[in-house]
Amino acid sequence: MYEHDVIVVGGGGAGLRAAIAAHEEGADAAIVTKLHPVRSHTGAAEGGINAALREGDSWESHAYDTMKGADYLADAPAVETFAKTAPEETIQLEHWGMPFSREDDGRVSQRPFGGLSFPRTTYAGAETGHHMLHTMYEQVVKRGITVYDEWYVTQLAVTDEDDPNDRTCHGVVAWDIRTGEITGFRARNGVVLATGGLGQAYDHTTNAVANTGDGVAMAYRAGVPMEDMEMIQFHPTTLPSTGVLISEGVRGEGGILYNADGERFMFEYGYATNDGELASRDVVSRAELTEINAGRGIEDEYVHLDMRHLGDERITDRLENILHLARDFEGVDGKEEPMPVKPGQHYAMGGIEVNEHGKTCIDGLYAAGECACVSLHGANRLGGNALPELIVFGARAGRHAAGTDLGEAKIQVGPDPDAERADIDVPLGEPGTVTETDAATDGGSTDPTAIVEATVEAENERIDTLLENEDGINHADVRSDLQQTMTENVNVFRTEPALRQALDDIQEARERYQDVAVADKSRTYNTDLQHTIETRNLLDVAEAITVGALVRNEFRGAHWRQEFQERRDDEWLKHTLVSWNDGDPEIWYRDSILESEEKSYEPKERSY
Amino acid sequence: MSTQTPDTESEAQTGDDSPQARRLEAKDARAEAREAKEAEADAAAAADQETVHLKVFRYDPEIEGKQEPRFDDFHVPYEKGMTVLDALIHARDTYDSSLTFRHSCRQAVCGSDALFVNGNQLLGCQKQLDELDQPVRIEPLPHAEVVKDLVVDMEHFYDQMHAVDPYFDPDETPDDELEEQRQSRENREQVKMSTRCIWCSACMSSCNIAAGDNQYLGPAAINKAYRFYFDEREGEQKQQERLEIIEEEHGVWRCQTQFSCTNVCPKDIPLTEHIQELKREAVKSNLKFW
Repeated sequence: MYEHDVIVVGGGGAGLRAAIAAHEEGADAAIVTKLHPVRSHTGAAEGGINAALREGDSWESHAYDTMKGADYLADAPAVETFAKTAPEETIQLEHWGMPFSREDDGRVSQRPFGGLSFPRTTYAGAETGHHMLHTMYEQVVKRGITVYDEWYVTQLAVTDEDDPNDRTCHGVVAWDIRTGEITGFRARNGVVLATGGLGQAYDHTTNAVANTGDGVAMAYRAGVPMEDMEMIQFHPTTLPSTGVLISEGVRGEGGILYNADGERFMFEYGYATNDGELASRDVVSRAELTEINAGRGIEDEYVHLDMRHLGDERITDRLENILHLARDFEGVDGKEEPMPVKPGQHYAMGGIEVNEHGKTCIDGLYAAGECACVSLHGANRLGGNALPELIVFGARAGRHAAGTDLGEAKIQVGPDPDAERADIDVPLGEPGTVTETDAATDGGSTDPTAIVEATVEAENERIDTLLENEDGINHADVRSDLQQTMTENVNVFRTEPALRQALDDIQEARERYQDVAVADKSRTYNTDLQHTIETRNLLDVAEAITVGALVRNEFRGAHWRQEFQERRDDEWLKHTLVSWNDGDPEIWYRDSILESEEKSYEPKERSY
Repeated sequence: MSTQTPDTESEAQTGDDSPQARRLEAKDARAEAREAKEAEADAAAAADQETVHLKVFRYDPEIEGKQEPRFDDFHVPYEKGMTVLDALIHARDTYDSSLTFRHSCRQAVCGSDALFVNGNQLLGCQKQLDELDQPVRIEPLPHAEVVKDLVVDMEHFYDQMHAVDPYFDPDETPDDELEEQRQSRENREQVKMSTRCIWCSACMSSCNIAAGDNQYLGPAAINKAYRFYFDEREGEQKQQERLEIIEEEHGVWRCQTQFSCTNVCPKDIPLTEHIQELKREAVKSNLKFW
């Protein structure tokens, strides 16, 4: 068994920032990640980092834009903490050497981005995430922070009190992909989950193959609620054949969207008469699909994003990476012809319920970054708000996990017996995994080491079972069916029959997963086994996304329902929460927080 | 597609309707359906659908039959726009789930899937199949220990990267936490290409010198040193320290300008030029002291 003060699970932007922060507080921090940190999907982020740095801009303005973009489903304490802290965290990256794009006077450049009332998006070419990731990994190397790379965390070691609010997390169980060794990692102070996105629940996604919602699913089964899972962002400009992302920076620099008739539809059909292409992402995605459904798409599948008029020099200087992506993955020269684009799954606004310190309801368990829901992005994330979230809340989670007092949190977390519950007539949660190791395990013990050891034993049993099963179903078939039903039925436009169909399909996928078998019997670098475990996690998060979408009878942000095409503030200024409830999931609600000590965010009509 | 429907079969059984029995039956039916599907795919492949022939290196130290390295043949249905990585994923998910390779982002930024394809180091996700002669021969990167199939041990590469102080280390930064250091556009331009490295190790694998001298820092690590050496935000003292690192016995002077690293770099970094520029800096610096 390994032992550290703080164990960070995941080596992307949030995980690296958390580990550095914990280390700076004097803690012995270690990162455990299924990829090497530089392989993390933060590296694929292109556009930028929003921060109110300049005269004429203010944190209040950034907070207001974020809350409006969120369609008033975000929590004010999270939004304000974020907007106030983003500037210092962004400059911290500059002090760590990040190669930002620069103005003539040598200061970092900022550009306009969708939904922002001030050009406050700092960037490093169209590869901002790559530079952020590498800059922070370099600082991890500098500090000598321990990294266990290609170790896959499969389970949290949590006590098993009846009420999740009373439980404590003492560490994790991880599996060394290289050797097959299963080991406990005891965390003396805390575990920070920073496992990133869950886009692999869909088959057309900008997310990496590694983005399988592991942290969300593990925290969920340990008793932490999943929050606002139905809020999935579909990015309006992804390449049709692969889902590779074309940055919003293209539109920020002046790129224009055209339909098959050559019309600038964002304006001509009134989707966003003020901001046009730079309206919020949900608005642009719906506009594109409406055009395509109305027969004005190209090949009935996509629209055109044109940047040719920007000129070769500007394209090369600021968007060069886009030229490479369009060429390599779609065979299109962005300087010569418009690029085909369509909406694709991009980002999960929801996730592990945490407060503004990154803490969950389980003592010693934290989450930050895309896997967490603090809730900053509410029903729709603004472009350029994900990267600063990683550093702002990654740092806070790392510090708090290291034992630093961040004051009393204003956001409440954890199951609440008095909360309003949803009435739902569909089976959820069962069947679960192939062995009975889901519920938190301790066998009555309270000794942290014994709890970690008991969890290791349970994981050994699960993995042995998966490896011993003969002639079963290949997880890839289950995953593929799941991805297809999610893309078909839980997409940009949602209807009740389609959502119910998806829940049926997920139920069937759960049944099939009972017979899953890992054909590769080797203990050495067994990706078959890894993907099989990931698929289980995808089943749980896909179910939560779908059931959240089914109960939310309104249209808010990224969530559009055919039967309810209005935002319903009288009833729905509240978060959707799904609790595992030891295998019998419950759906319940908690009001969103639109007031802070300083400000009040009155819901307004969201027009761009 | 499938010739079996599990539901009709299980409904016909009335004797035992326990969930366990139903599951087992459904499982059998699905196994048959799967076999039918596979046969169908094979038939399609044999008939008119265009396929791509892959010859893939296989090795697993634990599995009998794979302990001796061998090549397996896969015939993958071809679709326009398909990359080497797409074909590998199809082969794994359809024919042999033990086929093992690293991959994640699918867009040439995570650097996981550097492979040796038809004798060249490249990223599987970045290479279109229609640009390759068949059969497409896919091997792990040369000059690295093979862990399994196409997965190589990256530790040596990471060690070399870590050996050059691969982090920004300025004399001081502004006291004001909201004030950035200044950097000219020209200076950013000078280091820009060097910052694009994704640590895929294709360059290291292609380098004859690195193959013969295990202590050679290698192109990627020297490029990393370049990235900081020329960054005007760092101080002179640190610059000097960086020169000392890259000037040592297994540093820049080992490079014989064969340009193989530059030729294989998936991010088009002019690695050989960067190494030569650092050689010049080292010479200039030594002249100063003499």
